[in-house]
Amino acid sequence: MTDQRPDVTRREFVGAAIGGAILVPAPLAAQIVKTGDAAHATLSINLSINNEKHTLEVEPRVTLLDALRERLQLTGTKKGCDHGQCGACTVLVNGRRVNSCLRFAVMHEGDEITTVEGLAKDGRLHPMQTAFVEHDALQCGYCTPGQICSAVALLDEWKANTVSAATPDLSRPLSNELSDDEIRERMSGNICRCGAYPNIVTAVRAVYQQEANL
Amino acid sequence: MALRVVGSSVQRKEVFAKVTGLAEYVDDVRLPGMIHGLTIRSTVARGRIREIAFEPGVPWDEFVIVTARDIPGKNIVSLINDDQPYLAEEFVNHLHEPVLLLAHGDKDLLRKARGLVRIEYDPLPAIFQLEDATEVMKSYQITKGDVDSVWAQAAFIVDGEYSTGAQEHVYIETNGMVATYDAEAGVTVRGSLQCPFYLQKALMTLFGLPAGKIRIIQQETGGAFGGKEEYPSMIAGHAALLAWKAGRPVKLVYDREEDMAATTKRHPSRTRHRTAVDSEGRLLAMDIEFTIDGGAYTTLSAVVLSRGTIHAAGPYRCDNIRVRSSALTTNTPPHGAFRGFGAPQSLFALERQMDRVARAAGLSPEELRRRNLLHTGDTSSTGQTMQQPLDLEGLQRRALDAAGFDEKVERFARENRTSARKRGIGFATFMHGAGFTGSGERYLQSVVRLETTAEGKVRILASMTEMGQGTNTVLTQIAAESLGTEYSQVEMARPDTALVPNSGPTVASRTSMIVGKLVEKAAAELKKALPLPCDYSPAEFGECVRQHYASDGAVSAEAHYQEPPGVHWDDANYRGDAYGAYSWATYVAEVTVDTATGEVQVDDFTALQEIGRVLNPVLASGQIEGGVIQGLGWALYENVQWKDGGMVNNQMTNYVIPTSMDVPRMKVLFEEVPYEHGAMGAKGIGELPMDGPAPAVLNAVENALGIDFFHLPLLPEEVLSALGHVG
Ligand code: FES
Ligand code: FES
Repeated sequence: MTDQRPDVTRREFVGAAIGGAILVPAPLAAQIVKTGDAAHATLSINLSINNEKHTLEVEPRVTLLDALRERLQLTGTKKGCDHGQCGACTVLVNGRRVNSCLRFAVMHEGDEITTVEGLAKDGRLHPMQTAFVEHDALQCGYCTPGQICSAVALLDEWKANTVSAATPDLSRPLSNELSDDEIRERMSGNICRCGAYPNIVTAVRAVYQQEANL
Repeated sequence: MALRVVGSSVQRKEVFAKVTGLAEYVDDVRLPGMIHGLTIRSTVARGRIREIAFEPGVPWDEFVIVTARDIPGKNIVSLINDDQPYLAEEFVNHLHEPVLLLAHGDKDLLRKARGLVRIEYDPLPAIFQLEDATEVMKSYQITKGDVDSVWAQAAFIVDGEYSTGAQEHVYIETNGMVATYDAEAGVTVRGSLQCPFYLQKALMTLFGLPAGKIRIIQQETGGAFGGKEEYPSMIAGHAALLAWKAGRPVKLVYDREEDMAATTKRHPSRTRHRTAVDSEGRLLAMDIEFTIDGGAYTTLSAVVLSRGTIHAAGPYRCDNIRVRSSALTTNTPPHGAFRGFGAPQSLFALERQMDRVARAAGLSPEELRRRNLLHTGDTSSTGQTMQQPLDLEGLQRRALDAAGFDEKVERFARENRTSARKRGIGFATFMHGAGFTGSGERYLQSVVRLETTAEGKVRILASMTEMGQGTNTVLTQIAAESLGTEYSQVEMARPDTALVPNSGPTVASRTSMIVGKLVEKAAAELKKALPLPCDYSPAEFGECVRQHYASDGAVSAEAHYQEPPGVHWDDANYRGDAYGAYSWATYVAEVTVDTATGEVQVDDFTALQEIGRVLNPVLASGQIEGGVIQGLGWALYENVQWKDGGMVNNQMTNYVIPTSMDVPRMKVLFEEVPYEHGAMGAKGIGELPMDGPAPAVLNAVENALGIDFFHLPLLPEEVLSALGHVG
């Protein structure tokens, strides 16, 4: 039994029965051409990423994450959910951490963006990267670029006296010591399913202590 | 023998690539001319496909479309029962079942097209829960002694029914593959996967091509936990069909919602126990019924059930044991491999039951177990005689001491009288069998090869995949140790079916123990093939390899699996030596229950285990910590919500997994009793930590509240409603 429905398609479809009743289109085009979908206008933007200027033509709806990964081949920044739920896509924008999947690329004209690829300087790992290596603060490594970027910004936030939900007393300046509870709270937006959390906390603490000369 | 490399915490082999963003995962792969694939899935749980139509709105002639009709070989995901199609033909048997495939260069257009494929079904009745299921996919029975002969002599008989929900893997990297096709070379698939040769076998059937024309290459893999054991065969097949039809490379990467809803999860389970003890609390009979929900197709359910069945009676000696188990068919997406592989489910039930038996017999949980734990020379439920030195009472006591158990039991009881936040402490004692069950390792016939390189290094060729658990590091350590060279002088070949021998799948906690042993043996062979002096330094080893390579070319050596002597397994009656070795553990959890909110917080966790030789202490601790955290998630947070046979909370906001804030203080302790047939004395470790946390936590909650809970996950709602009843 075939049931042709030419009325619902604008191409010609030939009904062919499989196991009774599947309609399939034929012939199937093997040649794929990129469509110029006129409905989506593009904008030209300038992004500064890891101290390099890039000019891009993007649709306004393109996320910063997709611009990094798909347009600039900066694939170190990872996509775990694309919805701001996992933290794998964390990058630094003017030194502050953001989920790049929640930002449109066009919003970042003029900003300085740092990704995991931009942390090492002059062939030397960033101290946070070194600490992640030394304390084995990773397993599969997929959350790691996001964890590292997040941890770098965390220490800056701490230095800038930014409070967190784990801060015991908001009326007083932060104590001198960054506690493990503070680290855990401040890193809780970066999910690690491998459960490398204990070593991540150790790595962050190590860099903190090193910087504070504790 | 003094060890230099094994036993030390050398850095993870691939760590530099992972901290700099250079590690190449599948979604980072770009090939010239590559387009994107997408899977169109069923929207009913069971039904007959009446019609498929492509609504206007996209230029359909630009799309590559694959249906079941296109499949060149067999429309079967070849695994155990061969009952699962790559693409539904006439009937669909679960929600989110693949029906057809699309590919296009423009991802946005592809997404738009998804909404324009209209599939109509004649719905058929479907079954969504274990309670309603009747069709048996697989069943086993273990019989030791005769349980029915002893009920009359029992001083106490305790019944219990326990159940566990599904658990989603939530590896942070979703599933994905990139496939290419070439008439000469055949199919090549790169992707996120655990078992390259499983994919090769499945694609040989799908395309009707020989092994030489199906090449599978593992990319860096962003977590797997069993979730990338069998389902990748499906995705690889889909990507390859699209690439074959399109004549260009196709990338097929799932988004988070699709990955959570459509791919496998831990099997939901139900376990019924009837336990008889004498007046001294000694086990007289254990009658256990273990049932899992297999979902719509067999996939790995038969073997998950097997492991759950064998672990159901735990580390106890009892003359009369009956375990009857079955995997039932429902119309949910097939459940599959997840760290622990059936054992966490049956051990959860057992270790909750043992606490309740202790109470009935008027003994402490420790004492009841102490009187019944296995000793060397005792036999397990399958009649396996425990050959290795065993001191489970000692291990259990040392774990309790490390956790400060006795003092806390007394103190919490006192403090709880005057506090709305009730504290409790509980534990579980358990084991996990390492390697394939029964005769499995014999059938696998694993092979490992080592070869020398021009630079004076040695390369390991094996199909074992790195997914964060440390394969690269540990196998390299073993080779370096055995060869007498440096860790840095050994490299790992990438798992690629065209280059490496089949060393079996990276599952079942078998990599270190079994494949590591093959690395050790191959290293011994390689040494014989090199003109080494009796005594040599690592530098001299490198020099010898280099010179020999320059004059004679590469030297290689292979090792093939051989079953340790005296191992017997009777598959028909499920009797004999189920596993070559077991790892043993006692895990202690300390909780606070907020009686106002019903929330259970784990404050402190002690994990003590005997896993043979610890090859890399830092990596081993990481495995335990990670497994415990997943176990705590399964126990307290991870609630797969179902509607009409599909997961509805398929996002990381509403399916809650542990964050850094949910991690308790943790003490991870190892006892080392080297196992002679494992690499350098190692046994399995990866899955063990999944088994203990859930029962330990629920036993601790019972200690805090005096209320028994029987179901996982234990959500605040359930705690509150139980507190309401109590009053
Ligand atoms: S990918 Fe951006 S938060 Fe998950
Ligand atoms: S290291 Fe695997 S998710 Fe964090």
